[in-house]
Amino acid sequence: MTQLSVSDLSFSYPDGTEVLKGLSLAIDPGERVGLLGPNGAGKTTLVLHLNGILRASSGAISLGGTTLSDQTVREIRRRVGLVFQDPDDQLFMPTVFADVAFGPANFGFEPGEVEQRVKGALESVGEWHLADRAPHHLSGGERRKVAIATVLASDSELLVLDEPTSNLDPAGRRELVALLSSLPTTQLVVTHDLPFVFELCPRSIIMDGGRVVADGRTGELLSDRQLLAAHRLELPFGFDPTNIASR
Amino acid sequence: MHIPDGFINVATAAGAGVVAASGLGASLRRTGRDLSERQIPFAGLTAAFIFAVQMLNFPVAAGTSGHLLGGSLAAILLGPWLGALAVSVVIFVQALMFADGGIFALGLNVLNMALVTALVGWGVFRSLVKVLPRKSSAVMIASMLAGAISVVASSLAFVVQYALGGEGGAPLRAVFQAMVGVHSLIGIGEGVITALAVGAVLAVRPDLVKGVSDLELPRLATAPSRRSIFAFVTTGLVTAVALVFLVAPIASGDPDGLERVAIDTGFIESAQEHPLGGPLADYGVSGIDNEETGTVLAGAIGVGATFVVGLIAATILRRRRSA
Amino acid sequence: MSGVHAHALHFHGHSLIHRLPAAVKLVGLLAFVVAVVATPAQAVWAFSGYTLILMVLLVLSEVPARFFLTRLAIDLPFIAFALLLPFVGEGPRVALGPLSVSVAGLLGAWNLIAKATLSAGASVLLAATTEVPDILAGLSRLRVPAVLVAIASFMIRYLEVVAGEFRRTRIAMAARGYQARSALDWKPVAVSAGALFIRSFERGERVYQAMLARGYDGNWRTGAHETIARSQWLAGLIPGIVAVAIMLASRLL
Repeated sequence: MTQLSVSDLSFSYPDGTEVLKGLSLAIDPGERVGLLGPNGAGKTTLVLHLNGILRASSGAISLGGTTLSDQTVREIRRRVGLVFQDPDDQLFMPTVFADVAFGPANFGFEPGEVEQRVKGALESVGEWHLADRAPHHLSGGERRKVAIATVLASDSELLVLDEPTSNLDPAGRRELVALLSSLPTTQLVVTHDLPFVFELCPRSIIMDGGRVVADGRTGELLSDRQLLAAHRLELPFGFDPTNIASR
Repeated sequence: MHIPDGFINVATAAGAGVVAASGLGASLRRTGRDLSERQIPFAGLTAAFIFAVQMLNFPVAAGTSGHLLGGSLAAILLGPWLGALAVSVVIFVQALMFADGGIFALGLNVLNMALVTALVGWGVFRSLVKVLPRKSSAVMIASMLAGAISVVASSLAFVVQYALGGEGGAPLRAVFQAMVGVHSLIGIGEGVITALAVGAVLAVRPDLVKGVSDLELPRLATAPSRRSIFAFVTTGLVTAVALVFLVAPIASGDPDGLERVAIDTGFIESAQEHPLGGPLADYGVSGIDNEETGTVLAGAIGVGATFVVGLIAATILRRRRSA
Repeated sequence: MSGVHAHALHFHGHSLIHRLPAAVKLVGLLAFVVAVVATPAQAVWAFSGYTLILMVLLVLSEVPARFFLTRLAIDLPFIAFALLLPFVGEGPRVALGPLSVSVAGLLGAWNLIAKATLSAGASVLLAATTEVPDILAGLSRLRVPAVLVAIASFMIRYLEVVAGEFRRTRIAMAARGYQARSALDWKPVAVSAGALFIRSFERGERVYQAMLARGYDGNWRTGAHETIARSQWLAGLIPGIVAVAIMLASRLL
């Protein structure tokens, strides 16, 4: 059974800009998939559709057989965890603990259960010791990991991360790869960071102009120079996926 | 100008607390469900924005400097009720977490710096913007006057409170001159910065300026009617007269109000019979023929008149338009 | 104006005062301040009493005196104002060295300085011994409307973010030679304030999306309040009660 299925999704902003034009994709349970594409391809718009913050003008999204609708939107929001690009947007409460507790409290868990979930989520990202700290006192890497904990605390079965490596130093980036590859949750990773995707995601999807233009093994997509060039994707200088043990 | 504890007596501070609490209650009711639904983060971020902007010290004449109060800016951008709430939160946090401004004086400070500035600023802005031509330059003029008048109104509110229950025995006239004098200058700075900030937002995201949300600026940027020009001129004139009326008693002396007060002690006559800390009755009965109180009243009436005339002009204009 | 260092006034510690619930400290602070403000200026002994209470609390809080006094400097502008009073005050005058000062003004200056300083001292002590989230929880416990507490908590969370953006803009302006000298130089500052509002508002939109994504449905859920034992209330309010008693005595005597 597929975990996430998006079929024929179309969306325009009120000013008439068409951002998604009949986009379809499917992800299986336990997969880690990279979502690549130039600026303006519609990646962030797609992400905001996956748990119903934006609603498509046509098409359907379903998660493990449940179709997104007004009736199911709360359930879908619990099961799909969005990690926003800027952790300062994601972490809006005065303390780390209160922030991680925000989701479980809204989804109606008992106070005792909320506490256990916060502890469990923060421990799984290795940052339980930060519980009483204020988010703005954390380093970039710590913020990113706490942001991930905020969605793990609600038992999300699909993790959607928007540009998770932005503003991370090399060590923070390496720790993030280790953390994400250790999580059993299905993941969709939106990014411009091609080496990061190459390391983390066996499969990638390239989006451009509101549609999926390529879908396949990450190593193969990244070795296709023409494909990358056509969609304004560039590997860092000296990075050659064919030279690195293929995944 | 954060009033510390001890400046104003208990009765007046408590009274101001009751007024401020009902003002906040009214703001909460007016913003209502919509606030809890989606605007809490916006209000919180606006409060943070105002806190940051209050650090903006701008040079005023004669080596003094003032900082932005931001009440009218918040009101123009967010509407009067949400604007007042955001500035009130700023003042609460400053008192409780930064020890800036008194604890028991919180009611006074919320009243003067949040409610008075936001409501007066909004009133002036809306009155003007409805009668002025529908152009962004007109919106900026309205913002400028709203900012300037709101600051003077705020300082007047303080003078009234000092008249009702001021401690320390400073002559009321001196307090009036110092407060309103300095704040007229600060008001000019507040007005200019409010206007430029509103203009900057208007240029990029006009949808974010609550004060013009019903005006459809671009479409209405056609030639103004003769009637609206007439109204513009009248309102402008009345505002100018009111400002002159307010600033005149101060401008006649040294531009630096506080310094003048310190040097000039020659006007000490009638205040003995004016027990500071006395109740409102005292202020009303023995006050009218008393020069200080007369000046304060004059100032208050000046601002009030501007406000009322603006409102009347706006109402007439709206009726005619809809007729 | 204070700077934007959300914790500038906080002194980390685990003293008796630090451990007291924030709600108790807030009520105690209010009682203390009301007592101070309501005391007649002539009752010098009462002000000595308040000073003693504050000093005992300071010692119990383990906040260093130096830390406390530098934070108290926020009071200074008002002391400057109060020092003018003897010169502008009315009524009989006395000679003070070469100066002639008003007796009423002198009393007024003492009154303002004593009251403002004692009250500000109590506020500084609260801020020094209470974490910001605890103050918020205490306010909500004291039935301050949830919406106001929520706005305050967002404000505090984003204070440094917004101020940081503002600081960076001004550094960028300074790096290109901008320096405000007169009224003519206001424009760039004001325009940057406008830009800052737009950025703040757009962040508000993203934060709202992040809240929705985690199930926000319009009901602000504050966590469960910790229970405060009656003994904690009683013990915590002793300083406030003593202050109120001193005040009553000073008014009756």
